[in-house]
Amino acid sequence: MNRLLLNKIILVLSTLSAIIGIGFLFWILITLSYKGISALHLSTFTNDLVEGGIRNLLVGQFTMALMASAIAVPIGMFAGIWLREYSNNSKLASVIRNLSDIMMSAPSIVIGVFVFALFVAPFGSYNGFAGIIALTIMMIPIIISTTDNMLSLVPKELREAGIALGGSKHKIIMQIVVKAAKVGITTGVLLSFARIIGETAPLLFTSANNQFFTMDLTGQFPSLTVSIYNLATYPDEASRELAWAASFVLTAIVLLINLTGRYMTRNKK
Amino acid sequence: MNTKNLIMEVKDFDFTYAGVDDPSLKQINLPIEKNKITAMIGPSGCGKSTLLRAMNRIHDLYPGNKYGGEINLYRENGEKENILNLKKENDLIRLRQDVGMIFQKPTPFPMSIYDNVAYGMKLAGVKNKSELEGRVEKALKDAAIWKETKDRLNSSALGLSGGQQQRLCIARAVALKPDVMLFDEPTSALDPISTGAIEELLAELKKDVSVVIVTHNMQQASRLSDYTAFMYLGDLIEYDTTDTIFMNPNVKLTEDYITGRFG
Amino acid sequence: MGGKLFKNFSFFSATLSFFILIGIFSILFTYAQDSIREFGFDFLGSEIWEADEDDEEIGIFGGYIPVIGTMLSTLIAMVIATPLAMGIAIFLTEIAHKTLVKPVSIAIELLAAIPSIIYGMWGLFYFAPIVQSTFGGQGVGLLTAGIVLAIMIIPFMAAITRDAMNTVPDVLKESAYAMGATKFEVIKDVIMPYSKGGIIGSIILALGRALGETMAVAFLIGSVMAIPSSITDPTTSIPVLLANNFSEAQGLEMSSMYYLALILFVVSFAIISVAKFYFLGKKVK
Repeated sequence: MNRLLLNKIILVLSTLSAIIGIGFLFWILITLSYKGISALHLSTFTNDLVEGGIRNLLVGQFTMALMASAIAVPIGMFAGIWLREYSNNSKLASVIRNLSDIMMSAPSIVIGVFVFALFVAPFGSYNGFAGIIALTIMMIPIIISTTDNMLSLVPKELREAGIALGGSKHKIIMQIVVKAAKVGITTGVLLSFARIIGETAPLLFTSANNQFFTMDLTGQFPSLTVSIYNLATYPDEASRELAWAASFVLTAIVLLINLTGRYMTRNKK
Repeated sequence: MNTKNLIMEVKDFDFTYAGVDDPSLKQINLPIEKNKITAMIGPSGCGKSTLLRAMNRIHDLYPGNKYGGEINLYRENGEKENILNLKKENDLIRLRQDVGMIFQKPTPFPMSIYDNVAYGMKLAGVKNKSELEGRVEKALKDAAIWKETKDRLNSSALGLSGGQQQRLCIARAVALKPDVMLFDEPTSALDPISTGAIEELLAELKKDVSVVIVTHNMQQASRLSDYTAFMYLGDLIEYDTTDTIFMNPNVKLTEDYITGRFG
Repeated sequence: MGGKLFKNFSFFSATLSFFILIGIFSILFTYAQDSIREFGFDFLGSEIWEADEDDEEIGIFGGYIPVIGTMLSTLIAMVIATPLAMGIAIFLTEIAHKTLVKPVSIAIELLAAIPSIIYGMWGLFYFAPIVQSTFGGQGVGLLTAGIVLAIMIIPFMAAITRDAMNTVPDVLKESAYAMGATKFEVIKDVIMPYSKGGIIGSIILALGRALGETMAVAFLIGSVMAIPSSITDPTTSIPVLLANNFSEAQGLEMSSMYYLALILFVVSFAIISVAKFYFLGKKVK
């Protein structure tokens, strides 16, 4: 019968799509591990880029991502708190919510251009601060949306019970509501950290790159991702090897943070 | 019992949900009389819906459930078919066209009123446009919703009220000319007026089809049905004419339930 | 008053994203002024991108090639990604045994988490040679960029589509099966119409993402200022041109780069807004 055949075909094609999707994941992970691990040496972690290692790059990348988080997490959380707890779902709140969602999908290269105009061009040099600002701008809307969503899951009764006991609003928010949403928000923070630590485009012409170890945020700042982009296009084998090693390390970090975040919320849906 | 007047017969039936060790239904024996309304009552979790959902094998949507025993469907020519033996998808599709089902909540599909009613027929391969139109009209009339819908057949079914949506779902099932219609608490989500309309409709419908209804509303069962089965914790405790069950039950447990001592 | 301060700081934080967006738009618009005044809307139709030989500050700059390159690579990606993403979503919601749903979902979400630069690098060394031997060309080019871009947006599209399909009540599906529908008929007649807002929304959001994607494409599109005459030809896109040439440009060329960034920003802003307001309601994450 015709419709049964059509049914079979569609079901087989759908299953095939899933297999293709997973196939690509394994293909990428396997080639990456194979190329990456064979290029990894202990010295990769102890040397800086100038000596063929990634020590300064890792430190640089983490420094920028961590500092961006230090700015974006409180701002994003407070913004989410305002949206959920103070705005009374006003018109302004829905405008802000929508704009924040739109910003979450803004092309990251454009954010790089914007930060270049404001924080690089006027100073005449690439600098680590500019990189941090670009990552912060990328991270804020993700944290807003996570906080907003997670707070919306906290039952109204919990807030009312707190108020009924005579607590002031901001204390109840911090001590009860945010605490109740703690796991969800932490997961959101981890996932967004995993996202920004792998970003390249917003750093290309903000912090750019540095071959040497430095903690001076007023100058060019070492970046793992920007280095991968540069190294991969160099013709010599040693550079490519290092690019593979760096890619492997980066992916391992990103996926580990990601899985940790998911593991924390494993019991929730 | 004389099997001549039966449309369905459940025999030594067991049912076990996927991933569970103990059966949810144990050794059920239940006749379904032709052109009568058979009600299944019992407290929540007694297995009445589970049994109903076995009668069109809708359980098969979720893998791993286990059936035992027989559920026989009697064909017009007197042949009987154990529906638990059906394996091919094609046979299950045919079964579901012969045994319609109405759910607790109205389930209009996201399409027009007309398309909702025509849907099952189109699936069954009816292509002729005038035949479709005729049967849609007849089904809507049979379901007592023609007057309210005849001027808006092409508007979305989602715009109807809850009671109208439920009657539309009945029309949709009736249009396939099933032998049996299964109703799973069809009025529990409706207001009293809509409930009354559906009950009247059921009394009309039994001229053409045999009806099995699961209900938690005992007044509804006593008003509506010809036969009643009382179930408790996966067992069929008692089956008899509705009058006997409600006036003069044989089993103490039935009496306790009917009189509201538990459940 | 701790409470007042708390509330005010929350409000200030919430309005910040609004000011950043306004800021991005005004900065791009201001810095693009020279180019906008010089070339106007003809900028989009002109394929010449050349600085003056004597004066680096001036020249003729047109955005046609990167604009076309962006559109074509996105188009290829969408054509490949949409059916596959739908298939994955259908597999996850309707076909997979429940013990499979979780691991496959996690695998798909991990695929989405891999940084784009990794896709670019993998694509350049492992995928481009395959495209070259299958379809000809030089390995890097529109087709390679489009396919790898598709692999990147598939998980994203599949995840949102799956969430939309999961909102279809079980009883609605059961009632279609109860009428003798096959699985495919239930998908086509009940699930798809019921969740079409979410599905179209996911496609548009993925489109927005593909348009703005930089690193994966930068490795793979060839970064050549030329109109592609075949699908395997190298060309460039707006994000790639910005990534490679923005920081070295000056004068009018720099302003033209801002112009391109402005175009990309406005277009993706519009696309995401449409997806959000018309198709996704407020429930999108």
